[in-house]
Amino acid sequence: MSAFAALLARDVRLATRAGGSAMLALAFFATVVTLVPFGIGSEARLLARIAGGVLWVAAVLANLLALDRLFQADYEDGSLDLLALSPLSFEGIAAAKITAHWLTTGLPLTIVSPVLALLLNLPVDAYVALVASLLIGTPAVSAIGGVAAALTLSIRRGGLLLPLLVLPLLTPVVIFGAGAVLARLDGIENGAIWLLAAFSVAAVLLAPFVAAAALRLNLSE
Amino acid sequence: MGAHLPQIDLLDVTDLACLRGGRSVFRSVSFRLCGGDVLIVEGPNGSGKTSLLRLLAGLLVPAAGTISISTEGTQIADREEHRAFTGWLGHHDGVKPQLTPRETLQFFAQLHRTAAKDISLLLEAVGLTGAADFPCQYLSAGQKRRLALARLILCSRPLWLLDEPLASLDASGKSLLLEFLRDHLAAGGIAVIATHDPLDIGAARLHLA
Repeated sequence: MSAFAALLARDVRLATRAGGSAMLALAFFATVVTLVPFGIGSEARLLARIAGGVLWVAAVLANLLALDRLFQADYEDGSLDLLALSPLSFEGIAAAKITAHWLTTGLPLTIVSPVLALLLNLPVDAYVALVASLLIGTPAVSAIGGVAAALTLSIRRGGLLLPLLVLPLLTPVVIFGAGAVLARLDGIENGAIWLLAAFSVAAVLLAPFVAAAALRLNLSE
Repeated sequence: MGAHLPQIDLLDVTDLACLRGGRSVFRSVSFRLCGGDVLIVEGPNGSGKTSLLRLLAGLLVPAAGTISISTEGTQIADREEHRAFTGWLGHHDGVKPQLTPRETLQFFAQLHRTAAKDISLLLEAVGLTGAADFPCQYLSAGQKRRLALARLILCSRPLWLLDEPLASLDASGKSLLLEFLRDHLAAGGIAVIATHDPLDIGAARLHLA
């Protein structure tokens, strides 16, 4: 097993053990989505229309829950020093932890999203667009969130600063993700899914390097 | 145990200075250590003992001065490369409460690509056999320290940097640490130890004011 796979496996294990962030994010996602019809009423056509947007916003918020501890927990208990002294580069550390975050939040959210879409009366033929947009877009959420988590690593209560950093950067993901679902509802072709894919690829490729630079900076302070 | 790095022939520290938060912590620190040498760093709280260890590990950037590691005739001055030589026993144990001691050591063995077969022996050596499969959140501070010690052995690095290694260890834990330290030095390793406690070992001393 490579060093990268070892760290990835450890982080997945930590997130899925008792007290881990995976179930927490999933429960939060389900709760927020369930709450929406109570707030805006049960008019079926309205709910179907906003379902994509609601699911996307809830998914982004649920992702944030697990993000602030992504590097901070390792920083506080000394694990990050040990990782920095291991054969794994900072880029490798960032990539492994971002991947583990996606596997334990983005992916499970994507998998349960059709069940919650049912609650919001989303027409069945838009399910593919919904699942595809979440599958393509959530890696970007983990990647950009990982960069912000690395930046706010040494700040006490950095978890409060993190959403302020991350949410503006994730605006394109929400626009294109929800846009792809709406396009399917309206039966039009607007290319949102392709823009989402392009954004996601760029974010995932660049994030480990930016996060690594932030880790270097924070650790040598 | 595991992939051995070449031993360090000479650790040469010249005119080292450290700034923390814009404040000068120490300056003009110089020393040379050869394989088998141990240096004990003393000084009051805030005198920069931990900072010196972090500098030697390559985790901090020195404000001035150089740290150079000579091994097999080549000199390595690059900070990032120094990390590969460092065995770290820090102030924090770096132990995850959700993982068991066995899982913790297995993870570090995989991370460092060393043989995982000796883990049971290692757990026995540090007296954690009985606690090997319980989550680390149930371990005492001294047991976590013993686990950190086992990890130090597992990673088998030539330069040991130990920050208050005796903290929370009982008498048998302390003699265990000394035993490991003597083995490490006998094998040509180097150790730099920041401590307030007297250590029963012949060592050079560096006093930070």
